[in-house]
Amino acid sequence: MSGNAVIAEAAIAAGCRFYAGYPITPSSEIAAVMAEELPKVGGVFIQMEDEIASMGAIIGASLGGMKALTATSGPGFSLKQENLGFACMAEVPCVVVNVMRGGPSTGLPTLPAQGDVMQARWGTHGDHPIIALYPADLTEMYWQTVRAFNLAEKYRTPVILLSDELLGHMSERVEIPDASELTIIDRRKPDVAPDQYLPYDVKTELVPPMANFFEGYRYHVTGLTHDETGFPTEDPDLAEAQLRRLMLKVSANADDIMEWEEDGLADAEVAIFAYGAAARSARAAIAELRAAGIKVGLFRPITIWPFPEAALVKAVSHAKALFVVEMNMGQMIREVERGIRDVPIVGIHKVSGQPIDPEEIVLTVREFLEGKVTLPQKAVYQMSV
Amino acid sequence: MSFNYETYLRNDKMPTQWCSGCGLGNLMKAIIRAMTDCGIGNNDASIISGIGCSGRMSSYIDCNTLHTPHGRTLPYATGLKLSRPDKHVIVVSGDGDSMAIGGNHFIHTCRRNIDITLIVANNFTYGLTGGQFSPTTPANSWAPTAPYGTLEPQFDICEMAQASGATFVARSTVANLKHLTEMIRLGLEHKGTSVVEVISNCHVNFGRRNKHPEAPEMVNWIRQCCVDQDVIEVLPLEDLEGKFVVGVLSKKERPEYTAQWAKFVEKVQHEH
Amino acid sequence: MSIRRDRYEIRFSGEGGQGVILGGAILAEAAILHEGRFAVQSPQYGSRVRGGPTKVDVIISDLPILFPRATKIDFFLALAQMSYNKYANGLADDAVLLIDANLVPNVNENGRYVHRLPIVEIAKVELGNEVLSSSVALGAVIALTGIVRPDAAWKAIEARVPAKVKELNRKAFERGLKAGESLKG
Repeated sequence: MSGNAVIAEAAIAAGCRFYAGYPITPSSEIAAVMAEELPKVGGVFIQMEDEIASMGAIIGASLGGMKALTATSGPGFSLKQENLGFACMAEVPCVVVNVMRGGPSTGLPTLPAQGDVMQARWGTHGDHPIIALYPADLTEMYWQTVRAFNLAEKYRTPVILLSDELLGHMSERVEIPDASELTIIDRRKPDVAPDQYLPYDVKTELVPPMANFFEGYRYHVTGLTHDETGFPTEDPDLAEAQLRRLMLKVSANADDIMEWEEDGLADAEVAIFAYGAAARSARAAIAELRAAGIKVGLFRPITIWPFPEAALVKAVSHAKALFVVEMNMGQMIREVERGIRDVPIVGIHKVSGQPIDPEEIVLTVREFLEGKVTLPQKAVYQMSV
Repeated sequence: MSFNYETYLRNDKMPTQWCSGCGLGNLMKAIIRAMTDCGIGNNDASIISGIGCSGRMSSYIDCNTLHTPHGRTLPYATGLKLSRPDKHVIVVSGDGDSMAIGGNHFIHTCRRNIDITLIVANNFTYGLTGGQFSPTTPANSWAPTAPYGTLEPQFDICEMAQASGATFVARSTVANLKHLTEMIRLGLEHKGTSVVEVISNCHVNFGRRNKHPEAPEMVNWIRQCCVDQDVIEVLPLEDLEGKFVVGVLSKKERPEYTAQWAKFVEKVQHEH
Repeated sequence: MSIRRDRYEIRFSGEGGQGVILGGAILAEAAILHEGRFAVQSPQYGSRVRGGPTKVDVIISDLPILFPRATKIDFFLALAQMSYNKYANGLADDAVLLIDANLVPNVNENGRYVHRLPIVEIAKVELGNEVLSSSVALGAVIALTGIVRPDAAWKAIEARVPAKVKELNRKAFERGLKAGESLKG
């Protein structure tokens, strides 16, 4: 089963009953599977007129009470940012998949890249909370897709599920869990009378309950800065309080949202930071280096946003060096640098449209250990491979 | 006895933020009257509006309301309608919102014939941002972004709707509350995409620069420009120049999208 | 012939539309679903629907597979000259090649075993349809490598092809197996 098919299957298992999308390589197979499967479970599939409309439609469907998904790649992700910001602002749960390809612009449509990890964080304008997950194998893809829906419902916020062309189009052995093994979270409904309902209560709750449209709780949903009732306000205190609550929903619950993998770091003299497809290259390189007696470990964020900074710092602080492996020109490396103060950081970046060959990582690590890579103090040595 | 609007109004949001004499007030009255005529309760409908003066409509009517980003009303409405096909989804948009930035959504919504009632308040201008020209501004009008007069030809909203496949297309104006209510009522009753264009007055940001600076005069001008659909066949073509043909311009029967989807689901489930 | 059990790398290459990517998927599915092993199928497309060189890497192992692309290819299949030219890189020194005898005239053997079989011609002329090429090729690859059991491969093919062309595909697969056996000599 391909990575894209896994996402579709898992979405349905998570309770997704609405898909709106627009054809784009390399994500289109997700739409194809949803088109085939959703009618069977009484769901709705619609191919919209463009990427913007697809994002709008899933927000509309979610307000009506459906768990909703759209999938795209870089150019489409750019177009979705406006409505994605609306979902953040109006606190509408939904899941957006970005199967990353080479950019910028039309870039390398059929080839993998990881150039949208910062766009996932800051793509839409204004301060906003965001959750982004990025698995590295297809069994994990299944679990993280389910988790994406759960987090969206739990925190009333859009969740971005990142993938890349390599993971999207490759197939491997996938352990599909039984439905009984899955925890499915649904949005919390209000337990007060309609006239008592505050859709954006700022005083008592970080994540207020969400009433679906047409269920008797009549309220207003807007992208304008609003008060606890949902109506627009320019009151400075209310504006500040609402945005702070919005950000806190994610930051105060970061421990629940963040997941990462640490592998072989306890005795590692060299640590590697990698995620998504690049983490597979890193794992292969680590296996080879370990076989040669070199102690190398992996730190792999599965939740990219919020970024598990404290865990990273703790896990790699004793290493001689931290290698950051990414299929971009150096994006998460800046986030890594914000946290790591005392460990030299070496970037291994590739934007050719080809996955990073594990040998390239092995070679760089060996060169470093042989003293051939001289590091300026506390500065980043960017190695182009 | 005067009509009681209060059942459908968010009375604590009154008075509205629209300029004194703005046609949108009459449009809101007509929407409420039409909903009442159709027996649509507060929990049976959603009003969705976009950005611009018309965008405020969703703040004032007491039901589940949605105020989308600029031009995006119809995709949100499509998603919402598909999630609850049993409910009424009413979109109130402006000429800039639905014909410019939301133009692509407009034509494709009409093509699908999904059961949404789209009311386009056409005041020939971007009123809220200061009167810039819109896709419906008549040629040779004046606007801050057309200080030497507008160059571009205009869209005919109703022609666009018909060409795109909307199965109910009507035009009315804010100058005739009774007619306007009737057109909206017919739109609400129609199963499929209904487009009701409503000629409205923005005397403040359009009229002021184009010889209609006062509301009553501008509304009169609109009234004088109206020609009823029933009589156009007997009028010479030159008499229609610069006129608004009002009434039901087209009504067709074509399968409605959510009903078709429901049938399709039944078929797929039967086969698998 | 003994093959690497920990990581056996296969690359199928051809022209877009020849079905080589599907062939790769079937091979991986045979290993995963019918032999309980680990396999990864990782295609590379171009930005066109028909024509243009295309390839898929299939890695089969007794252990979980980390890096999903071939780095040292054990077996290389080419059904088009352009795909040979573009993707015949990263071959192991002892790699085995299977090329279409008519469509890939120029091959740098470099001391490697190169098997030639008119795969597309067999599909087109003998069996009556070019789309059977990938089933013929799969049969030959399996005969030459023994990487999965023929019955496992057949089960995977059966699950992927429409019922009405099942019989034709069985013929094509068996024809490939036979041809592969005779190539082995």
